[in-house]
Amino acid sequence: MIKMTRNFPRTWRAALGLPVLALLVACGGSEDSGGSGGLSRVEQGNRDGVLHFGNGIEPEGLDPHIVTGVSENKIVSALFEGLVSKSPETLEPVPGVAESWEISDDGMRYTFNLREDSLWSNGDTVTAHDFVWSWMRLLTPELGAQYNYNLFPVENAERYANGEIKDFNLVGVKALDDFTLLVQLNSPTPYFLQLLDHYSTFPVHRPTIEEFGTISDRLSPWARPGNLVGNGPFTLTEWQINSHLRVEKNPDYWDADRVRLNAVMFYPTENLVTEDRMYRDGQLHYTNEILLDRIPGYRADRPEEVSIEPWLGSYFYMFNTNRAPFDDVRVRKALAMVIDRELLVDSILQGIVEPSYSLVPPDTLGYFPPKTFSYDPDQARQLLAEAGYPDGEGFPAFDVLYNTHEDHRRLAVALQQMWASELNIPAQLVNQEWKVYLENQDNMNYDVSRRGWIGDYVDPNTFLDMYVTDGGNNKTGFSDPRYDEIILNEAPRTLDRDARYELYREAETLLMESMSILPIYTYSTKHLIHPSAHGLTPNIMDYTNLRYVWLEPEVAAE
Amino acid sequence: MWRFIALRTLQAIPVIFVVLTVTFFLVRAAPGGPFDDEKAVSPQVQAALEAQYRLDLPMHEQYFAYLADLFRGDMGPSFNYPGRSVDELIFQGLPITAELGFYAMLVAIIIGVLAGVIASLRPNTAQDYVPMSLAMVGICMPSFLLGPLLVLVFGIWLDWLPVSGWGSSHGDKVLPSITLGAMYAAYIARLSRSGMLDVLSQDYLRTARAKGLPERVVIIKHALRAGLLPVISYLGPAFAGLLSGSFVVETIFQIPGLGRFYVQAAFNRDYTMILGTTTFLATLIVVFNLLSDFLAAWLNPRLRYQFSKGGK
Repeated sequence: MIKMTRNFPRTWRAALGLPVLALLVACGGSEDSGGSGGLSRVEQGNRDGVLHFGNGIEPEGLDPHIVTGVSENKIVSALFEGLVSKSPETLEPVPGVAESWEISDDGMRYTFNLREDSLWSNGDTVTAHDFVWSWMRLLTPELGAQYNYNLFPVENAERYANGEIKDFNLVGVKALDDFTLLVQLNSPTPYFLQLLDHYSTFPVHRPTIEEFGTISDRLSPWARPGNLVGNGPFTLTEWQINSHLRVEKNPDYWDADRVRLNAVMFYPTENLVTEDRMYRDGQLHYTNEILLDRIPGYRADRPEEVSIEPWLGSYFYMFNTNRAPFDDVRVRKALAMVIDRELLVDSILQGIVEPSYSLVPPDTLGYFPPKTFSYDPDQARQLLAEAGYPDGEGFPAFDVLYNTHEDHRRLAVALQQMWASELNIPAQLVNQEWKVYLENQDNMNYDVSRRGWIGDYVDPNTFLDMYVTDGGNNKTGFSDPRYDEIILNEAPRTLDRDARYELYREAETLLMESMSILPIYTYSTKHLIHPSAHGLTPNIMDYTNLRYVWLEPEVAAE
Repeated sequence: MWRFIALRTLQAIPVIFVVLTVTFFLVRAAPGGPFDDEKAVSPQVQAALEAQYRLDLPMHEQYFAYLADLFRGDMGPSFNYPGRSVDELIFQGLPITAELGFYAMLVAIIIGVLAGVIASLRPNTAQDYVPMSLAMVGICMPSFLLGPLLVLVFGIWLDWLPVSGWGSSHGDKVLPSITLGAMYAAYIARLSRSGMLDVLSQDYLRTARAKGLPERVVIIKHALRAGLLPVISYLGPAFAGLLSGSFVVETIFQIPGLGRFYVQAAFNRDYTMILGTTTFLATLIVVFNLLSDFLAAWLNPRLRYQFSKGGK
């Protein structure tokens, strides 16, 4: 036994080196040497003009007519370009593939003059015919494009998409020649130009799509590296799912001289903790999010890298107005008036969002929503008493539904507390997995439920058209004939922006007077941006156009 | 032996088939569907989407159509990644997860066996308690805690190793492999300790020592061979577990492996992907169990004998 203890340690000491050795050998084969030691990925990127971009969830695809998400949007907008583009500063339309456009006096006829030097990445010229064919594809019923309604303002587009007409010539889009596109609308849609910078209205390259499938084929592999042909400032070079996606500068892009990045690497950063570590380890120039509890730390240590800005999104709860006791507007108002939004924002949300008393976020391209109520527990108690529940007596227990997430839970707990202490009514928290939660909302199988909405374009309409009677996104039972009249008929025909916003304010007042929804706060975007990255101009859409971004390593060295 | 192998293999096939069938109907019974989104989908679009994926057919037709495709080696298109097939995604993730699993296994075996053997040589002393307490900690510490801890120490404080990635920068495979291997190392340590303790008290070891063999040879040549049997039969299921259980580690370290597809598919109601990954992993687990059965039978003639006598 004595002998053994002397001999054995030598064996295991040697063996202990094995796993380390094995791993080092195994890892020796990797290509570039970022990481520890030499230059960090960000430093290397600054030298090579490569932006490392944290992009949230993994993109599902890159077909502009099929994708629906925010993470896809950032990439698709780098690979394709619509008729118009947006200024990151003002969000007003600026020329894209269309050099200029004329709008008829009645606001219903748009003539786009396309630039002749806009090319597809295979060298073909982008023509007006490409747009006609692409829009036909978006509207083809069998394709099942979720965002086909973005073209419904176009004459007969909705009927074509629903299969009521089969002849696309009846739809209001015509190529007058290779570089002139005529669009006829159903009604003057003042935000129509905004829609043309939504990826669903981008052109796609017909020969490529037809090479890999048909016009209605969702499952064809055309939108993959090696196959994809685009017309944007960047081209797709690599895409490994759950790892990275690389785009490189397109030298044939019409404005290529002003594109300063050589390449962009998009990383899926679903896990916020991982994204945070990647940023701190010098692997990212830009994060998609900041962990809420890290914000105070970052604000203290590196305030110049923290970018927290208002976002075109509303966080709210909604009531099932078909169910007692929430069929009574007094009950809904009482519940809304005891929520101390300032307190919620300061305590739970680190003060980075704005308390909200309406649906549309303030300053949506100059629109400011009405404020119809305020925090007033006394009046709330009175309303509840009038509704037949003095001091909460006899108020039935009700469920508060939210999708499983720590941030939603914290807020729901606070609401539950406020309702219990101010109104003495018993809320029960119910959390459900995302798809289950969606299904219950769709079937209006809930009492009170959390909801969020991010605008698709900068116009109050992107929020307000949710609440037309029986609208697919309504889900509350709210119905008001005057509201429908404004949203469906009057506002789309009102060309003057101020007059139209006045109508929207009237509609929003109706919605808020019914308190079918219970606004909580307006979203903020939260990004960490490395000091060497410039041109990532903050705006309410969280719109990023990589065309305008550049890297200046000198700043990082300081 | 051949009879034994054939019998066990035949038994395995219905298992896979049952897993496949149950999964098929279970995922469709789950509330919510692949096309549910925060933004409502119009009925026309919903119908078109269902037609593209054959969801408009009656359930049993969908099932048989799926089976027919599967026999042709086609696991169908992914709902979540239009334009990509499930086969393609699985075989993209598999090599990475397998590589991760292999290194993790290496870590687990080397650390586990060493710790177990060392502990067994002087039972109930500090030499036993220290590695075994560490093993207990290893079993109890979940990878979502161990991973970030390792990253914090070696990635951020010491800055020795990258905090994420797989094969994209030097040394980025080290931390994930250790994180994933740690728990298995702990199990293996306990298994090899008890295996060795059983063996060390046997007569043939006393004989070996009496022959005057050096203690090193006694342990390595005579005791280890028998003492590690429980470890070997554990390796098969452990490797299958590594492949199917790497999700957390893959998420923490941004590794594009199979585990992430497996879990994301369930959240996305990506029917074909759920079916594909579940069936694939079930097959894998069955195969690894078979292999370790065969190995055990080969090492232990008594088992073989039972089967050749008609499985009694």
